[in-house]
Amino acid sequence: MDFSLSEEQEMLKKMARDFLADKCPKTLVREMQKDEVGYPPELWQEMAGLGWMGLVLPERYGGSGMAFLDLSVLLEEMGRACLPGPFFPTVVLGALPITDIGTEELKESYLPQIAGGEAIFTLALIEYDAGLDASSISVRALADRDDYIISGTKLFVPDAHIADYLLCVARTGESIKAEDNITVFLVDAKSPGISHTVLKTIAGDKLCEVVFDQVRVPEENILGELNQGWSEVQRIMERAAVAKCCEMIGNMQQVLEMTVDYAKERMQFTRPIGSFQAIQHHCANMATDVDASRFSTYQAAWMLSEGFPCTKEVAIARAITTDASRRMLALAHQIHGAIGLTEDHDLPIYSKRAKAAELAFGDTHFYRELVAQQVGL
Amino acid sequence: MDTSFTEEQEMLRTAVSDFLIKECPKSKVRELEEDEKGYSPETWKIMADLGWIGLAIPEEYGGMGGSFQDLTIVLEEMGRNILPAPFLCTTIEGIFPILDAGSDEQKKEFLPKIANGELIFTMALLESSGVYDASGVATKAVAKGDSYVINGTKLFVEMAHIANYLVCVTRTKEGASPEDGVTLFIVDTTTPGIHCEVIPTIGMDKLCEVRFEDVVVPSSNMLGELDKGWPIVANVLRKGAIAKSAESAGGMQACFDMTVAYSKERVQYDKPIASFQALQHMMADMWIAVDTGRYVVYEAAWMESEGLPCAKEASMAKAFINKFYQEVSRLGVRLHGAIGTTRDHDVSLYYRRAKAASSAFGGNDLHHETVATELGLVK
Amino acid sequence: MDFKFDEEQEKFRQEVVTFLEEEKKQGAFQPISDSWVHGYSHEFSKKIAQKGWIGLTWPKEYGGQGRSWMDRLILTEELLRYGAPTGWHWSADRQMGPSIIKYGTEDQKRDFLPRIIRGEVSMAIGMSEPEAGSDMASLQTRAIEDGDDFVLNGQKVWTSGSQHANYIYLVARTDPSFSPHDPKNYKGISEFIVPTDVAGITISPLLDMAGGGHFTEVFFDNARIPKTCLVGEKNRGFYQIMEQLDYERAGIERLMSNYVVFEWIIDYAKNTYRNGVPLYKEPIIRDKIARLVMEFETGRLLCYRVAWVLDQGQVPNYEAAIAKLYGTEFEKRLASEAMEILGFYGQLMPDSKYVPLSGSVILSYLFSPGYSIQGGTSEILRNVIAQRGLGLPR
Repeated sequence: MDFSLSEEQEMLKKMARDFLADKCPKTLVREMQKDEVGYPPELWQEMAGLGWMGLVLPERYGGSGMAFLDLSVLLEEMGRACLPGPFFPTVVLGALPITDIGTEELKESYLPQIAGGEAIFTLALIEYDAGLDASSISVRALADRDDYIISGTKLFVPDAHIADYLLCVARTGESIKAEDNITVFLVDAKSPGISHTVLKTIAGDKLCEVVFDQVRVPEENILGELNQGWSEVQRIMERAAVAKCCEMIGNMQQVLEMTVDYAKERMQFTRPIGSFQAIQHHCANMATDVDASRFSTYQAAWMLSEGFPCTKEVAIARAITTDASRRMLALAHQIHGAIGLTEDHDLPIYSKRAKAAELAFGDTHFYRELVAQQVGL
Repeated sequence: MDTSFTEEQEMLRTAVSDFLIKECPKSKVRELEEDEKGYSPETWKIMADLGWIGLAIPEEYGGMGGSFQDLTIVLEEMGRNILPAPFLCTTIEGIFPILDAGSDEQKKEFLPKIANGELIFTMALLESSGVYDASGVATKAVAKGDSYVINGTKLFVEMAHIANYLVCVTRTKEGASPEDGVTLFIVDTTTPGIHCEVIPTIGMDKLCEVRFEDVVVPSSNMLGELDKGWPIVANVLRKGAIAKSAESAGGMQACFDMTVAYSKERVQYDKPIASFQALQHMMADMWIAVDTGRYVVYEAAWMESEGLPCAKEASMAKAFINKFYQEVSRLGVRLHGAIGTTRDHDVSLYYRRAKAASSAFGGNDLHHETVATELGLVK
Repeated sequence: MDFKFDEEQEKFRQEVVTFLEEEKKQGAFQPISDSWVHGYSHEFSKKIAQKGWIGLTWPKEYGGQGRSWMDRLILTEELLRYGAPTGWHWSADRQMGPSIIKYGTEDQKRDFLPRIIRGEVSMAIGMSEPEAGSDMASLQTRAIEDGDDFVLNGQKVWTSGSQHANYIYLVARTDPSFSPHDPKNYKGISEFIVPTDVAGITISPLLDMAGGGHFTEVFFDNARIPKTCLVGEKNRGFYQIMEQLDYERAGIERLMSNYVVFEWIIDYAKNTYRNGVPLYKEPIIRDKIARLVMEFETGRLLCYRVAWVLDQGQVPNYEAAIAKLYGTEFEKRLASEAMEILGFYGQLMPDSKYVPLSGSVILSYLFSPGYSIQGGTSEILRNVIAQRGLGLPR
């Protein structure tokens, strides 16, 4: 067992931290929350130049061929810096599924573009009832000669307003079992019939409603097998859940540091508030929550990286991290007092992002149920 | 709105408290826990003479004509000081069903003797399922001439081993719903066929297994109407929930007071541990629970006393107290440090009782469900 | 990063499991909760010794195996999982041995270590006093030099298992010029290994809420011990002991003390029916169990992290504090939730008719308030995390 990062991972971490501290200050984050596009194209190109988009893509497609665990290190630093923009959906929800189950043609067409920072991807999964089971999928894709015609509405699609391509999860047939007859399509966002509305969310993270009105997609754009898409969707969700946890760890670590620093400086009753036992104990509880989440998450990330089946560990990591995040952000606010509630302060940026992260890809109850099933109940 | 008690009620409270402090110190509590009977017949007689057992019995039947709320005041003090005695079962499970559904003869026969301390009552309700609803009642009562014959096993019957009478909840018919076909009987415990065994429990409160083997009960001992007994039981459960909550509220207060006092005396790092902020905040949280809990209970007790429908308030009180008595007693042990975990220390008495109290008349699964139903969130 | 064990480690775990399965089958022990506290069997400890599993990490020159802390964690994890009786040798193995290795004389090492390893020595921890719990430095028991001896006077409390022990590992005041209430009271404290058969020592058991007599009071009345009983430097005992405390907190017994209850209650939920439905199908019970699984698996990682830190040659102070804080919260919640799952039957004592799971749940419940008190209260642990881990000011 080894609880440390490798030398390369430490270097990647340091480099990412320094780069983002310089290029992604909070002024930029705030600007992007209001900005229509939501990310700065120059920064995006610099990240592509550093090889970040292609980090875990195979070298033959322009990537660096590194492992999911390495990506986790990068995602943690992005969470720490509150990096705005479509990195997560493009890489985790777009590139990785294509790498997994795309045809050679699809891989050759799109992966180099992604690695080069030239294509933005996202995943259109959730629908109106906001459920995460197969039974919630009702957007239809009807066969029409060599194409499929997609109709229906998807919600909470990250960065759909700027995506070049969307992975759309649709139902391609009737069945008794909800998990059957689901297919994943790679859809050009410029296809006629696609419209979007940016939803206003707590974290200002550009989640969209996307309406598919008779959108035509060639059958070559099917990812994986026709009607066999649900198991791939589950794999996508598992990876996305862990990746999101990595971002959350970065968020929590920064919040802990910020809070401890504040507790050391802020004076009341002629002493730093960090010398009061109640505050110390809150900080200790926060530190415990961060560590518990970190190791639980990294275990799941490591298992994914190594290719071990890890549905249980992912569920545990997600449930632990979302609970911990909720608790420790609340304590952070408590310790910061009123100033932490002002828009000018950095803490609300973190707590709003944390709240959004808590909900993405399933909340604690969803994952607790999964844990119960995994232990044979 | 008035959250204060009347002068008479305050006097009653003081009288009970002073009496128990003198009559039942903690050494006596421990003695009675180990004792086979589990209560002191001498103390029982004195309490009867003081009118406390018959407090809620109408004067015409030899009682004091007091209210349900008056009774909960007595119970709160009993919880505070801890009195091992068949008080709650005799009053809630004996007096009230008889008042509720008893015939005139039954009231005349039993109530005065309960009031003067001669008769101890308890209710035999729970069976092996351990649930407080009608579906758990399988003990059968079959008509035979002028009598009924009862067969079955009851569990967790408080103080059955010394009770004179059991109010036995039986099934006399398989009805359309489980509530349909339940009948209550007042059963003399000396009737042949009754086998009683004390089950050792965490609260050391003499809960018993009672087996009925062809126990013959005269029809005149039927309490209420044939097959229509469940509403009587429901009333007992609601009153019992409030009564147990009142007792627990007293226990919580005692546990809290003891903890605060200890924290002021116990010195570590050259100061009383009460000066450490983390502990101060813990005690603040305990006090909030104690103070709030009291009012939730008083409200439910008042409504029950006034005859107002209060299923929701009764369940709220029990659910609240279930959670907070356990939490307060847990923090109480914790704040005492290692000494709090020993059997000899008084705080452990409350810790054990808190756990026992959390099951009696329903745990939180039952009471949360009741509140949800009362709010119209029907499944 | 690496979250799996290597082949050697897996083999070792299998070796331990095979041994325990066999012993259980032969009836050498009945699994119980808190088996490292309440499970006393000299015979079983000797069997463990024969396998070379006492002093697993100690230097080979004294008879130890020189193995890693990770290996010790694997061993102790399985011992606790099986609820096997390890109480007799636990304290000596966990902290006294490491203390003697670090601070003992060559003679002391050669005298004690092999005997502990062979399962011939049981030790009790003589630290807490009635007036000195968390504030250990304020202790009052005195050890005054007199010729070739030290004379002991005072009282210790919560001394685990002293009625079975051959030795008490004692912390006492050797320099009376620092009074218990002196701001520098931590100076002038020393450590000793005291044979329990010395004249002037009286031991009396304390009854805990679960009915166990594991904790004792120990009275020292002019008890005379030779100077060779001193461990390490005179008057430097407090510094020596701080590290011992980190070992005391670092183990997986701070997470798995009542592990048997965990397995049994899940089994119970699967096989017990209420209104025709098995308990495990009820949403509230599923949620309770899921939460417990999450917290256990996470607590396990935190314990393994501590072992990893030790194997790096570092002292795990705030890491051990976090692991114990988290682990003992799990243990308490496990006991409490298991009681709730048992419903009405939860309140039955072990000797009662109808008692489920041999009363293991209620015994754990009655013992559970102690988890967050013994070996460093959760409040003190939070102080350690805040001050030593996060650098917050005192």
